[in-house]
Amino acid sequence: MALASSTREITIRARKAGFFRDIFAVARRAVRSMLRDLETVIPALFIPVFMFVVTVGALQDFAENIPGLDYRAFQLPVAVLFAVTGVSRAITVVTDIQSGYFDRLVITPVNRVALLLGLMMADFVLIIALTIPVVIMGFIVGVYFVTGVLGILAFMLIAGLWGLIFNGFPYAIAFKTGNVAAVNLSFLLFFPFLFLTTLFIPQEQMTPWMSMAADYNPVTYILAAERSLITEGWQLTTIRNGVVATLGVGVVSLGLALAALRGRATRK
Amino acid sequence: MSANTMESEAIAARGLVREFGAVRAVDGIDLSVRRGEIYGFLGPNGAGKTTVIRMLVTLLAPTAGSITVAGFNAVTQPDQVRLRIGAALQAAALDDKQTGRELLNLQGRLYGLKGREIAARVADLTDLIDIGDAMGRLIGTYSGGMKRRLDLAAALIHQPEILFLDEPTTGLDPISRSRIFEEVAKINSELEMTIFLTTQYLEEADALAHRVGIIDRGRLVAQGTPEELKHSRGSDLIIVHLDAPVTPEVAAALEALSSVDFVDAHDSELTVSTGNGAALVSGVALKLNELGVGVRELTLRTPTLDDVFLQVTGSRLRREESEGDPEDQGQG
Repeated sequence: MALASSTREITIRARKAGFFRDIFAVARRAVRSMLRDLETVIPALFIPVFMFVVTVGALQDFAENIPGLDYRAFQLPVAVLFAVTGVSRAITVVTDIQSGYFDRLVITPVNRVALLLGLMMADFVLIIALTIPVVIMGFIVGVYFVTGVLGILAFMLIAGLWGLIFNGFPYAIAFKTGNVAAVNLSFLLFFPFLFLTTLFIPQEQMTPWMSMAADYNPVTYILAAERSLITEGWQLTTIRNGVVATLGVGVVSLGLALAALRGRATRK
Repeated sequence: MSANTMESEAIAARGLVREFGAVRAVDGIDLSVRRGEIYGFLGPNGAGKTTVIRMLVTLLAPTAGSITVAGFNAVTQPDQVRLRIGAALQAAALDDKQTGRELLNLQGRLYGLKGREIAARVADLTDLIDIGDAMGRLIGTYSGGMKRRLDLAAALIHQPEILFLDEPTTGLDPISRSRIFEEVAKINSELEMTIFLTTQYLEEADALAHRVGIIDRGRLVAQGTPEELKHSRGSDLIIVHLDAPVTPEVAAALEALSSVDFVDAHDSELTVSTGNGAALVSGVALKLNELGVGVRELTLRTPTLDDVFLQVTGSRLRREESEGDPEDQGQG
């Protein structure tokens, strides 16, 4: 038997791979698995295009009665957030937990945090990829970025950051429950975040209660930052507010995800 | 305990307790597994085998007691333990969306192996588990036996000092089972790797394990070499299956026969232990006839681990019941 033949010439010694190597190893597996599951990406492409076409088709003439409003430019950030919100590998985490593969990973000396960050790194790759067709759709319907190429990149990155931060919620539920149905419930968060905001019309046109709800919704500030990149130029305060709002949600979502991961990995 | 004993121990557990709420799944177990030995850990459904193994591999913290694995405290130094152990737990824990090679590569990376080390190990292990071309196929397309063998390879990628196998052959056909056990024996003999193994197949534990421990209701009820344990049952056994449950009178009447060491009764099964079965078997048959007891079957044989199992747990190991027992999945 060859069990020990060639490795006898090399001394095999297990050691900690290191934080970043762990992240890349986990991310590599997730990206590979994502490429084998491309059909799961179809809704993330279809829904934003459908929403954009329907909303613009229904409301453009009405909304553009508001002086200075380019409704297609106003709706493009909405489309991009629809594309990137909730695109995660949380279901894979559940599958790993249920199959016992998660235990196999946890028995290795892998850094526990890398088990989450590796997946999120893979998510980020997909999320950024999903922003590209939305931006192209914008070009096709005549949306023009006054901030140019850099503005387009910033537009994609802010959307990507939001998508990544939001994913903390489904990961938290996946690690905590190990249950697919529970993870799917995280989709419920999608509605208050994306509908109690300046989704269809500017905040000034909203009813007072809806405007107040939008004030407290971080997505309002993200949409404002994204819209400013298209129509207003480099409004640093607006962009900063959008990023800070995203990071604020991240403190909560990633905090929950890391706590749930710690609970799952230590099994006290 | 002396320093020499500690050095020679691959696994040492003292007063190990694990509670799940009000349920005490493991109740004060002491274990000592020597370096280089194959230790068979047996027990009926829900006895606590999986809970013990999950504590030993750092997946579960004990409620009380101490665990030393490869010389390190499994509770306070889990990272050191993880570098030195490999484990294939119940049901092949694999990712169906990866190929066999991708899975082994990932395992190697997580154990900090360099590219050429991983390549060498994957080549060696491909030979060991005899999967060949299938290494490039998605694991989802593998048979149960192939998955189990790949699971074993994944546990071995970093050449651990100690290998934990939790029912590695459950659900496999006899040929796949036999191959897994052959591989385990080779790993132990070639690499002198310590192997801690739970199994439902007593005959295989008998053939493979240097020492065996039997757990029942969370307690270690017997421990020793298979020969020692079988010898404790006497040199010959007369097994009688009656038409009806054994009564205390029947058991007492047989126990009174000369040269009977002891009699065990479980439901309708009688076990008569003796130093000379050939001389006693007719006497047992005559006595039962005299008592008017209906006999379905009477056999004379040497003791097996299953007989030891029956004696210490009160029931024979029923393999089909052991599969998928949630209480033995480490949850309680």
